[in-house]
Amino acid sequence: MPMSKTKAFGITLYILFVLVPIYWLLNMSFKTNEEITGELSFWPKEFTLENYTVIFTDPSWYMGYFNSMTYVGMNVVITLLVALPAAYAFSRYKFLGDKQMFFWLLTNRMAPPAVFLLPFFQLYSSVGLFDTHIAVALAHCLFNVPLAVWILEGFMSGVPREIDETAYIDGYSFPRFFVRIFLPMIRSGIGVTAFFAFMFSWVELLLARTLTSVEAKPIAAIMTRTIGATGVDWGVLAAAGVLTILPGLLVIWFVRNHVAKGFALGRV
Amino acid sequence: MNKTENNKAWLLVLPVFLLVAFSAIIPLMTVVNYSVQDIFDQNSAYFVGAEWYKEVLQDPRLHDSLLRQFIFSGSVLLIEIPLGILVALMMPTRGAMASLSLILLAIPLLIPWNVVGTIWQIFGRADIGLFGWGLNSLGIDYNYASNPMDAWFTVLLMDVWHWTSLVALLCYSGLRAIPEAFYQAARIDRASKWAIFRFIQLPRLKNVLIIGVLLRFMDSFMIYTEPFVLTGGGPGNSTTFLSQTLTQMAIGQFDLGPAAAFSLIYFLIVLLVSWLFFTTITHLDKRK
Repeated sequence: MPMSKTKAFGITLYILFVLVPIYWLLNMSFKTNEEITGELSFWPKEFTLENYTVIFTDPSWYMGYFNSMTYVGMNVVITLLVALPAAYAFSRYKFLGDKQMFFWLLTNRMAPPAVFLLPFFQLYSSVGLFDTHIAVALAHCLFNVPLAVWILEGFMSGVPREIDETAYIDGYSFPRFFVRIFLPMIRSGIGVTAFFAFMFSWVELLLARTLTSVEAKPIAAIMTRTIGATGVDWGVLAAAGVLTILPGLLVIWFVRNHVAKGFALGRV
Repeated sequence: MNKTENNKAWLLVLPVFLLVAFSAIIPLMTVVNYSVQDIFDQNSAYFVGAEWYKEVLQDPRLHDSLLRQFIFSGSVLLIEIPLGILVALMMPTRGAMASLSLILLAIPLLIPWNVVGTIWQIFGRADIGLFGWGLNSLGIDYNYASNPMDAWFTVLLMDVWHWTSLVALLCYSGLRAIPEAFYQAARIDRASKWAIFRFIQLPRLKNVLIIGVLLRFMDSFMIYTEPFVLTGGGPGNSTTFLSQTLTQMAIGQFDLGPAAAFSLIYFLIVLLVSWLFFTTITHLDKRK
């Protein structure tokens, strides 16, 4: 089907709506503070990289990126490792309390993080994990693991049972079958799950901020320090904001070919 | 698919169970514990039963923010679901343009939530933001920091900007799964565009739309960071939603008992609405 002009116009308009606020942030990140608070301009008059230099030369700034990346990475790995076998069990077997268990898992996706702030703080402090990357990674598992099980279960149910049975008849043990045959078949499902786990862990701030103070503080929390007694350092704030968008862009670039299939979460 | 009965499958689920139980059951028990006690310090707490629940349920602050929350989540769903479907229908179907629009649409989803708030905080300001400046130079008196209507408008617009892409991408992948033969049959029947949408596309979108509505309801009902950064809940309390009221209570005022009771009521509302929605949909499905 050829694309009609109205459609092309409509989608261009919507994408512009998405991009303009981001463009404004990018524009601001290359301006000096005098220019930002001075006259409104669509393009930086004095193009400056000063704001980015501030971030890249100060460890207390750029370590924030490392911290965020570290706990997001840990979270994605943990989420996949525990969710893969569980999703297989849900898609293939009936067992005692399976439906209740599945629903209970999903209820955790529904629990507002604000409810858990204080108890989380106490729990992780009492086991000595406060202000570590693993604490944030584990806390984010609360909402990422249920979602991952849900997504993966959808993809796995799309794989016919006969494949499992044939493999067992051929003498494959369960672990060997699972890793060698089954996982490659649901590759795009794994990619999509990793994408969602990355996304929800990267964008979350409330729990990440509560569970850290110095050593594992996420970049998004460090950004607030641009608001000081002398006013807001708009340029640096904008530059830090722009830098938090880049990892997401990178990830979406890698999964772009699976996104179309993947966003249906294996449930079309 | 017919599944085999096998209780050993529990072994595969066990890691998930242990991990989620650690992060869910222990904190939840703490909250339940708080909600029935009056706590002065670590050593003196006494049992007060349902007292906090009574107090919280009669608290006008809770009523107000609950009402605001339902209006907000309702508006979010009413705007984002139809708009998301529309965007998905307009997206290019193949080639480089398809990939490009996918990537561009996905950007807002991958921005940390407080940065989303910051972007709109800047964008909406009359002095340094394009949006606020534009509206004001058109002669519209717009200031989200002092006018509650403007604040609501900005928070809603921000959420639409932030999350419509999720609905659009879900629907886009749903649309791609419709076989071309369906459209050919429709062309032979000379079906109108509306008929194609109503009888071919919409029914095939049902599954992804259920996911979309559930995710959007749950997340909009828990919204905290974005409005907190954008408006701080103001002007006055006009954009203070449930999570923020709760956090003020628990951390700002350290009213642990009432905050815990509030938490549980909050959690139950999300559970109840999601469950109602899900069972209604699946029930309707069976009757057909």
